[in-house]
Amino acid sequence: MSPEAPAPDTAESIGRLVQGRERTAVEIARTYLERADRSAARLGTYLHRDAARTLAEAADVDARIANGETVGPLAGVPVALKDNLCTRGVPTTCGSKILEGYRPPYDAHVVERLRRAGAVVTGKTNCDEFAMGSSTENSAYLPTKNPWDLTRVPGGSSGGSAATVAALEAAVSLGSDTGGSVRQPAAFCGVYGLKPTYGAVSRYGLVAFASSLDQIGPIGRTARDTALLYNAICGRDERDMTSRAEAKPVALDDLERGVKGMKLGIPRDLIAEGVDPEVLASLERVAKTLAAEGAEILDVTLPHARYSIATYYLIAPAEASSNLARYDGVRYGFRAKSEDLQSMYAATRGQGFGREVRRRILLGTYALSAGYYDAYYLRAMKVRTLIRKDFADALGRADAVLLPTTPTPPFRLGEKVDDPLAMYLNDVFSIPASLAGAPALSFPAGMTRANLPIGMQLVGRPFEEGTLLRIARTWERTESALRVPPIAAEGNA
Amino acid sequence: MTAYETVVGLEVHAQLKTRSKIFCSCSTVFGARPNTQVCPVCLGLPGVLPVLNERAVRFAVMTGLAVGSGIAERSVFARKNYFYPDLPKGYQISQYDRPLCSGGGVDIHVEGVWKRIGLVRIHIEEDAGKSIHPEGRAGVTTTLVDLNRAGVPLIEIVSEPEIRSGAEAYDYLMRLKQILMYLDVCDGNMEEGSLRCDANVSVRKAGAKELGTKTEVKNMNSFRNVERAIAYEAERQIGILESGGRVVQETLLWNADQGTAAPMRSKEEAHDYRYFPEPDLLPLDLEPRWIDTVRKELPELPHQVRERLTRDLGIPEYDAEVLTETRALASYYEETAGRAGNGKLASNWIMTEVNGIRNKKGQTIEEFPIRPDRLGALVKMVAEDRISGKIGKQVFEMMLTRPEGPEELVKAQGLLPIDDESALRALAREVIAANPGPVAEVRAGKERTFAFLVGQAMKQSRGRAHPEKLQDALRKELQAS
Repeated sequence: MSPEAPAPDTAESIGRLVQGRERTAVEIARTYLERADRSAARLGTYLHRDAARTLAEAADVDARIANGETVGPLAGVPVALKDNLCTRGVPTTCGSKILEGYRPPYDAHVVERLRRAGAVVTGKTNCDEFAMGSSTENSAYLPTKNPWDLTRVPGGSSGGSAATVAALEAAVSLGSDTGGSVRQPAAFCGVYGLKPTYGAVSRYGLVAFASSLDQIGPIGRTARDTALLYNAICGRDERDMTSRAEAKPVALDDLERGVKGMKLGIPRDLIAEGVDPEVLASLERVAKTLAAEGAEILDVTLPHARYSIATYYLIAPAEASSNLARYDGVRYGFRAKSEDLQSMYAATRGQGFGREVRRRILLGTYALSAGYYDAYYLRAMKVRTLIRKDFADALGRADAVLLPTTPTPPFRLGEKVDDPLAMYLNDVFSIPASLAGAPALSFPAGMTRANLPIGMQLVGRPFEEGTLLRIARTWERTESALRVPPIAAEGNA
Repeated sequence: MTAYETVVGLEVHAQLKTRSKIFCSCSTVFGARPNTQVCPVCLGLPGVLPVLNERAVRFAVMTGLAVGSGIAERSVFARKNYFYPDLPKGYQISQYDRPLCSGGGVDIHVEGVWKRIGLVRIHIEEDAGKSIHPEGRAGVTTTLVDLNRAGVPLIEIVSEPEIRSGAEAYDYLMRLKQILMYLDVCDGNMEEGSLRCDANVSVRKAGAKELGTKTEVKNMNSFRNVERAIAYEAERQIGILESGGRVVQETLLWNADQGTAAPMRSKEEAHDYRYFPEPDLLPLDLEPRWIDTVRKELPELPHQVRERLTRDLGIPEYDAEVLTETRALASYYEETAGRAGNGKLASNWIMTEVNGIRNKKGQTIEEFPIRPDRLGALVKMVAEDRISGKIGKQVFEMMLTRPEGPEELVKAQGLLPIDDESALRALAREVIAANPGPVAEVRAGKERTFAFLVGQAMKQSRGRAHPEKLQDALRKELQAS
């Protein structure tokens, strides 16, 4: 075990203290900025930090409170934002060269909501370029390292957002999840990561990767913090026609009500092969604990889930090939010098995008081409419908599906970077819920013998995020104190 | 030489007259300074999403209902992917395999024959921006982009290949424009680009069943140019076939100055648009009840007004055609006819006098200075024989520049007809006294000279004398004296 640090402040407690004027937002911001100053450079968690701006935001929250304004439950809470969330006047690069120096003229919907709730932005976190990757090694700027073991990846694509919360550089953070990009790094970094139901959170201001799959999701160190952040961002937004009014905040008190009488389904057919024994052992431990808390554990099947990766790697690149067409060097971002229009396009996109992004644009372009559309994209959409039906059936019998977030604990930096297929396979358990549009939560479920985090995943019915958080909270209560990685403990020792 | 048949299908893009763009709230007003009517959404900045303008949907549904299309209860938006500097997102949001409207048709009238041109579909899409290639600066190859138009709502109306000549194409376009303008969903202005047309042209031997290879002709900026371009292209294709060649499927750009069409560079047309359903917009679901409401609220259409005018006001079909050219002209006519109490006479006055002046001055009916209340009063005076048609025209001329009504002008100008018998008899006596020679001839039985005397009397009255009563008076005075 690592040396125990003093219990870290949760977002919930920070909000309560700042609202109650027991602590100022500026004091809180200073604490977190100092921690980030110690570790952020070594971890590679941020692409952009601006301490002066963070302190100014905190001072503004204090001023609002001093004026008697009601500030939300996130008052003074330091929150990190993945660099694919637009922030007005603040660089937003999506980890890509092609958007180097780009500053959006507007705030994403979630950023507006966080500001209203009193949150203070610590900075923009590193990610795989355009959220394409599972290790944050595809960032055009720098890799992020796992706070538990600096030789390992933090997961991705929201690696910076997960690592910065794990390392106590921010209380909570937002990532985006297309095929597991919030859940997988949360699992690798030992924190909670929620992918809300598709449509639960407005995507306005989230730079699109695959529009029919992308969801912004909260990352926190506790189930309650994760709920708190979800509550601040969920609900209908007129600027996103796919956002839904059914998405309602989660009542925090409900998270304490236990799992008595709940049914949890384990898709044993899907996790039969290629899963690390320590991960499997963790799954059994969680199942046993929750059974002891009164849940009924049963088997469910997801017969089409084994086609998830193939399906996903047709749909997501197809949409990405179209979504990324706008980066053409004409209006903003990087432009390569060229003789004429066609070669300017080719050079800008050839030099501005990294290998993985180019690979997926090519895949997607091919899948949508005349003559191939029916065989690839259309067929993938049909399989997607079957996978959605699998979940509907399973969740007709169970209140949630329980399975590992990833087949293995965090892998080493560089280990899979030249083997895209091995990298893709890492998302085998997270992609099915993405295709189904179902809410899915990764929660910390213990450590390996090598002291690496293991994440378990819960998948639920549409707009039942609360159920998932309640189950995870029940498990959390049976666990010992929150774990802090060595790098964060150093400064506090 | 073999006889050939020309086969044409038209694709018309009509800009919908909404105040704001189709996916954002930017203004659609034409002519603003470049790139001033833009926002993150229509600029296609990273992270933005489209929000559908419901008014654009309503206008498209109105159009579909007006031409008898079936309205899909579920239609789907799709992305059409291609790179161009004036296309900010790198794709155009359009509709592909599930359009809003299918079927329907437009009735055309060419060389006295009515014929229905079927429609394949009508779908909604967004416009791209405008590329401007500044001319006249040697060596400058800069292209400027104006995105004010990017995201303006359009409907694309695709006809069946049932048009058989340039003249039919012209009439089709005129009637389609007329319908759009009656619906008030498009301003029909080709110069400002609010109505655009591409033509798919092929030829085949008369009587042949299969279609020939088609070419697509673009860049026609007026209905007349569409007509000319089709005639040109059909001739060109016939020429190729007659000399034993084969028509190549390609896109041609019409050059109005030269009266010719030349192929586009093949690079520009080698597009695979990679259509797929737009994931940022849900399928467009329309309630049948809502569609019915739109149907019930449709304004009167050109053919309905034509039928009503021929039926209720007794004017010939030809007149009704002319008078329903625009909704405003039809209303002008109806009010004039109502005031005049004579449909045919009102029609004659508008078709000859009013339209004569308008054509000369290039005025719309709204700009025409004599409003229907005044014109109706004038036609009524003529209809009731209170003034002659000739006097009526003099009054009409005066009314063009003066505000008074016809009654006041007739009085003030002393133009009232002379039909009082004693006044006419006095006039007759004057004429008899002044023309002893002709009078003697008439008395000797030379009837033709009587007409001369009538003319003299009419001249003296400055045209005001009532013609029949004047003749009576002259005869009586000739017998009396």
